Amino acid sequence: MSEALRLTVPAAPGSLVPPRDSDRHGSFRQPLVVGNKSLSDVTRDICSPMDTRPTALWWGGFLFSFAVMLLGAAAVAYQVATGVGVWGLNTTVGWAFDITNFVFWIGIGHAGTLISAILFLFRQRWRTSVNRAAEAMTIFAVMCAGIFPVIHTGRPWLAFWMFPYPNTRGSLWVNFRSPLIWDFFAISTYFTISAMFWYLGLLPDLATIRDRAGARWRQRLAGFLALGWNGSLRTWQRYETVYLLLAGLATPLVVSVHTIVSWDFATAVIPGWHATIFPPYFVAGAIFSGMSMVLTLMLVARKTMHLEDYITMRHVDVMTKLIILTGSIVALAYATEFFTALYSGNPYERFVFSNRALGPMAWSYWTMVGCNVVSPQLLWFRRVRSNLAAVFVVTIFINVGMWFERFVIIVTSLHRDFLPANWASYTPSSVELATAAGSLGLFFTCFLLFVRFVPVVAMGEVKGVLAYGRAPSGQGQPSASPIMREGGGSGPRSPATSPTGGEGAEVRS
Amino acid sequence: MTRRVLLSAFEREGDVLAATEACRKAGLKIVDVFTPYAVHGLDHAAGLAPSRLPWVCFALGLAGAAFKVWFEFWTSASSWPINVGGKPWNSLPAFVPVTFEVMVLFAGVSTVIAFLFVARLFPGRRAAVIDPAVTDDRFVLVVEQTDAAFDVAAVGRMLAGFGAVAIEERVEGGRR
Repeated sequence: MSEALRLTVPAAPGSLVPPRDSDRHGSFRQPLVVGNKSLSDVTRDICSPMDTRPTALWWGGFLFSFAVMLLGAAAVAYQVATGVGVWGLNTTVGWAFDITNFVFWIGIGHAGTLISAILFLFRQRWRTSVNRAAEAMTIFAVMCAGIFPVIHTGRPWLAFWMFPYPNTRGSLWVNFRSPLIWDFFAISTYFTISAMFWYLGLLPDLATIRDRAGARWRQRLAGFLALGWNGSLRTWQRYETVYLLLAGLATPLVVSVHTIVSWDFATAVIPGWHATIFPPYFVAGAIFSGMSMVLTLMLVARKTMHLEDYITMRHVDVMTKLIILTGSIVALAYATEFFTALYSGNPYERFVFSNRALGPMAWSYWTMVGCNVVSPQLLWFRRVRSNLAAVFVVTIFINVGMWFERFVIIVTSLHRDFLPANWASYTPSSVELATAAGSLGLFFTCFLLFVRFVPVVAMGEVKGVLAYGRAPSGQGQPSASPIMREGGGSGPRSPATSPTGGEGAEVRS
Repeated sequence: MTRRVLLSAFEREGDVLAATEACRKAGLKIVDVFTPYAVHGLDHAAGLAPSRLPWVCFALGLAGAAFKVWFEFWTSASSWPINVGGKPWNSLPAFVPVTFEVMVLFAGVSTVIAFLFVARLFPGRRAAVIDPAVTDDRFVLVVEQTDAAFDVAAVGRMLAGFGAVAIEERVEGGRR
């Protein structure tokens, strides 16, 4: 069944590869993929890292990340064996590094869903070059995030109590009025849907790996995981339907997840947390931080994996513009918080915000403002946006700034509460620092494994947005086929009337 | 049951779209089209009916949401009501977030399972690959030779006219 097709009908001499005038389709703007790629070029380019041995740079990064991850694992093991007391928390500051890291990682994940689902619904075809890596980033970030609430319970072996299962304690059910239970459902649903979405998108590429020449074990493994994908039209049609449905589900899901995370704070009466602005503020901040993390990772991947033709300057440009947009929303939210505190007439609210900006933790607040409000302003300039080193530095600043945002919200709101007698400070212990570093180690270990063993760019999607082969080749007019005349005579369409148009992301259901 | 099919391979999306549409308009029976990526408009060209999977998504999403509202009500207000800060037993607004999450979970998971089921995709399944190049850069249109009146030469000429780079006859045993 699988032997190559025999060439039985010689076509008109020299006409198989006609001049590709019709390929200029959509040429009023820059192409999404440069280098005039054919379909097999894409397969070769994207799969080639899998055929080569890892570079010394990869090994260096991997071993370092892995070592840091082990350090984090040791810290967690020590904390679980000893108790949460090994952290720097006290009765006033009961949440600090752990929940900061939790919110930070969840936020990182959200850009992956933005790119894979929301931009899909908005027909943003440039997403195809980055969505695979961004979705992988989502999955790894949610894994990192999930660790923190679980270890903060102090008895992680009882984490299954969060699940409402019939039990011998009466059945004593979980409290569905608690945002912490909402969080459990939101994060687990988000992880499940993201992982499914990612794997579904991977199916056609796994089939490509299975069918191309390569190591035998890899072909067999890819064949097993490709679930028997054979590129049939009917399967593609269903696949596109499911993809659209999942995108439609993931879009409100991603908004709901960070909304619920913000409710962990907003439903409390703590000044600085108890604000109706929190859900949109958190969602925008999540996408802001995640988008900068995507750029950080993709700029490195682009350079080291030679993906310049796929992740072009145009991709960098649109992503930096999204950073400006979401960064502006975040800056507006910071200002609104201060206005609300001022206008509320509530002395506790006012105190928390003046303490944030001028109190003992003011350094963290101004670090946040400098990184999240000031540094993205550089991206208004085209010269900065087209300078990859500058963009890289700005994204690093934003990553740091968004971590500090969560730290500021959590710690500066808690450390000086209603009663001055309760005031306290907070310093992270070495165990907390090691755990936080370990989560970074886990993230980069997973990501480095991903770039080695999985196609980093969704081949099946990028092929669909190439300029290649869009219009009929134009050879072979209906005069060559008697059947055509009998059958109504619709010859090859001209590019102008082609219903496929330029809308690569079009899906019918 | 065996059937004779005519395979034609194309290198360009535009060619296979035009050829598929022409075959359908000529009244030929299109068995399948194998493509390396989702070719938009090909299902219309081949006259394929839309998938019914959105109904699965809708029905199971609704079922998941309904189940969860009932479950939250039953656990919080009936099975073992607990007074939490004097809130009402039946705190419907507080049940909204989890209901939404469970709706998304049910709708998403069931849609994917239904897709894998109807497309007969499962781990370890041996793929019926018509040509290894269809997952790389080849488009293969499969037309059934329905009866003796099927003129292989004429159809072949037509397909070649649309830019087919290879044409082959095959006998298939049963369904692929």
